[in-house]
Amino acid sequence: MSEKENSKTRILLKLFFSMLYISTFTFGGGFVIVTLMKKKFVDEYHWIEEQEMLDITSIAQSSPGAIAVNAAVIVGKKLGGIMGIIAATLGTVIPPLVIISVISFFYNAFSENPYVALILKGMQAGVAAVILDVVCSLSKDYVKNRKIFEIILIAVSFTAVFFLKINVILIILCAAAIGFVTVLIKNKKAVKK
Amino acid sequence: MIYLKLFLAFLQVGLFSVGGGYAAIALIREQVVDTNMWLTMSEFSDLTTIAEMTPGPIAVNAATFVGTKIAGLPGALLATAGSILPSCIICSLLAFIYYKYKGAKTLQSILKSIRPATIGLILSAGLSILQYAVFSNGELSFSSFDIISLVIFVAAFIILRKTKLSPIPVMLCSGVIYLIVNLIFQGGIL
Repeated sequence: MSEKENSKTRILLKLFFSMLYISTFTFGGGFVIVTLMKKKFVDEYHWIEEQEMLDITSIAQSSPGAIAVNAAVIVGKKLGGIMGIIAATLGTVIPPLVIISVISFFYNAFSENPYVALILKGMQAGVAAVILDVVCSLSKDYVKNRKIFEIILIAVSFTAVFFLKINVILIILCAAAIGFVTVLIKNKKAVKK
Repeated sequence: MIYLKLFLAFLQVGLFSVGGGYAAIALIREQVVDTNMWLTMSEFSDLTTIAEMTPGPIAVNAATFVGTKIAGLPGALLATAGSILPSCIICSLLAFIYYKYKGAKTLQSILKSIRPATIGLILSAGLSILQYAVFSNGELSFSSFDIISLVIFVAAFIILRKTKLSPIPVMLCSGVIYLIVNLIFQGGIL
């Protein structure tokens, strides 16, 4: 095996095992796994840029299917083409497949166990801390450079989904429209000059 | 043929559920309970409970659960494959378009305003989970306030901000510490 092939195989294996690890411990919805992927692939491995991870998140959120699988497909495609997609998707899907097959046999013992319930309840606090930590590091740049436009967008989209319960995809589409209008206005100004 | 039926049912779930877990639950119910009658309504509510207590997307959890019950391991594999196939095709196309035109000015500007909006969405997801952690059932009232959860959240948050500890150990420790503290209080040691 040549050196290039060798390093490609290494990336695929690393990708597979990272997704396997992350997916095994992701409780509570698509945004949790996306924040864990950000920690792993952006902060630890430096395979993906921070802004790129946000783009991946919004694509994964607006496409049909599970957010976790969608994000895994995009990250896999970037890192290793078709083989990358297969590695990342298998890593994402194997843990729930195995865990559910095992648990469905002793469902009652599991779901009525008070210790399991307490651990899961306590983990929620930890999950919230992980997500809010990622939110802080994602918005640090905007706050430090006083990017008022971006900060207002964060606040508006948060209010729209948290308080007004507006559909998430509608919010992403509106943000896209705002970006599109901004570029049109800028182009017009450039033409006038 | 049962394998094909399972595959196609979950293919539809994967194709038409846009926007994450809660959108998927309604579609899964329609396929599994109403159309194909693979599960009774009470089995279906067991399924959603298990899905909430275990890792992984609900569509994959449901596909495995139903597939195993109806046609064993091959059923589970085929149903799961059906639920993720649309994602694989659609998202690899979108990834191709994204990486090809990422540099284009118009797309740049659009992405520039989608990014902060996405941060707002993640913030909202985090605060919803926090609300459920600190107030049992998510009701903002004094009687449902859970001080132990709040202390664990603050400690975990500070640790994550100030150190380089990875998130998964922090999450698992939060669960174990919560269990221990509750056992101590219930046992009347303190």
